Amino acid sequence: MAHSTSTIPLIPPSRSTDRRRFGAGWSLALLLCVAGLLAPVAQAAKEYLQLFVAEPYLELHIGPGRGYAVTQVVPRGGSVDVLYRRTEWFRVRSERGVEGWVSQADMALTTRADGSLFTFDFGNRAGYQSHHWESGVFAGDFGGATLLSAYLARSLTDQLGVEFTASQFLGNASNGYTLDLGLSHVFAPEWRLSPFVTLGTGMIHVQPKVTLVQQADRTDQTAYVGAGLRYYWTRRFFVRAEYRSHLVFTSRNANEEIDEWKLGLAFFY
Amino acid sequence: METRSRVLLLTLLLAPLTGCASLHWPWQHKPVAAAEAPQDGSEPVAATPRIIDPQVARRTIKVPKIDAKNVEFGSYYGALSIEDFGSNPVYGLRAAYHVTEDFYFEANVGRSTAGKTSFETLNGSLQLLKPDERRFSYYNLSLGYNFLPGEVYLGRNRAMNSALYLLGGIGSTKFAGDQHFTVNFGAGYRVLPTDWLAIHLDMQDLVFQSDLLGKNKLTNNLGAHLGATVFF
Repeated sequence: MAHSTSTIPLIPPSRSTDRRRFGAGWSLALLLCVAGLLAPVAQAAKEYLQLFVAEPYLELHIGPGRGYAVTQVVPRGGSVDVLYRRTEWFRVRSERGVEGWVSQADMALTTRADGSLFTFDFGNRAGYQSHHWESGVFAGDFGGATLLSAYLARSLTDQLGVEFTASQFLGNASNGYTLDLGLSHVFAPEWRLSPFVTLGTGMIHVQPKVTLVQQADRTDQTAYVGAGLRYYWTRRFFVRAEYRSHLVFTSRNANEEIDEWKLGLAFFY
Repeated sequence: METRSRVLLLTLLLAPLTGCASLHWPWQHKPVAAAEAPQDGSEPVAATPRIIDPQVARRTIKVPKIDAKNVEFGSYYGALSIEDFGSNPVYGLRAAYHVTEDFYFEANVGRSTAGKTSFETLNGSLQLLKPDERRFSYYNLSLGYNFLPGEVYLGRNRAMNSALYLLGGIGSTKFAGDQHFTVNFGAGYRVLPTDWLAIHLDMQDLVFQSDLLGKNKLTNNLGAHLGATVFF
């Protein structure tokens, strides 16, 4: 038996290794039950990254998680094709066509064709400092109402970016939404915890609650100034806490000021 | 006479052509180096060095990219018990992004139509809500946690990965002409017939404050869903 190229089953065939994965026919039937779903892109003839096992063996799990059983291994010298990944797990196929999931830690011990160790960039501090886009979601308080918010930002430099924010607020007296467009400036992007300031303009739409007051909906222009902190968490993620002071240019005699506090999770790419 | 002048003209025409043959026209191939090598097998004379200018385009080796399949998208159908308004069919869309093997983010939108309260049923003609106000629609942004990963066996020859998950988050519900801040929590069971298809069976409670029936109270709206999602 050519150990260098084979895949060794760990469990006798009567256990789970000879259980076929759910048949394609069944899968298709189930998929058709789901209206409007996109079929995965057909696996056309595609080139996969080939890696070689340098440790005594490479463990193949049945699922992308540490809790899923290991039912196959690929011995030293054998090779695998890397099909795709899910989170920190890589779906690989051995030379004998056996597929399984390999953890990131185990993958880091395999080598490429040129003998170098396999590495994979899941995002790091350098990307946190310098990236093109970032996006995130927040929860918070908007002048006493509960706030749900999402933003998308495009970096102009490491420090300066253009931000678009859409928020919905849900209060006791009124509901509504805001749309903001503005600039943000990060003081020290290389710091893990870095402060920033924002400045911009937008609009607010307020719908008073029908059960309490009979008032018409209104839409007004706003301007805001704000400050916040962002903290690099892991991979491509960071936490963002922010305060914004909105000035609402109302059609009434006096303008209105609204304080916004929010905390959220964002990622960069 | 005529013949002599014709010969003269032809001679004049042919004379330059012999010269043309010795010129190198652009459409002519240059003499091949090998053809110039001596036929008797002796080495070319070293005194005539040939400059070789290798114009080889280097092949750029592209390392195949590893696709990320962290996104899950699908739909669900089930029953939603809207507090005071009975149980009604509910349907929705679900999208998830898996961050680690344990945690994922999920956004879902759903829609149902509220039935009648028992008060309305007993009173016959009395209606608390207009038909368009009975529409119950919601969205949620949640954090999910996978636990108890395992495998389920269907008959003798089929094995499918499975996991239980907990889900909790915030969102908004539009019902009875009003919008409510909503907290959701739930749990579900996910079975993967293949690596790209997941079948979900889950329960989700939507909790929000409502003053619709006179007093302000916290309402629980529990839904049970069967759905399917595709990973890509």
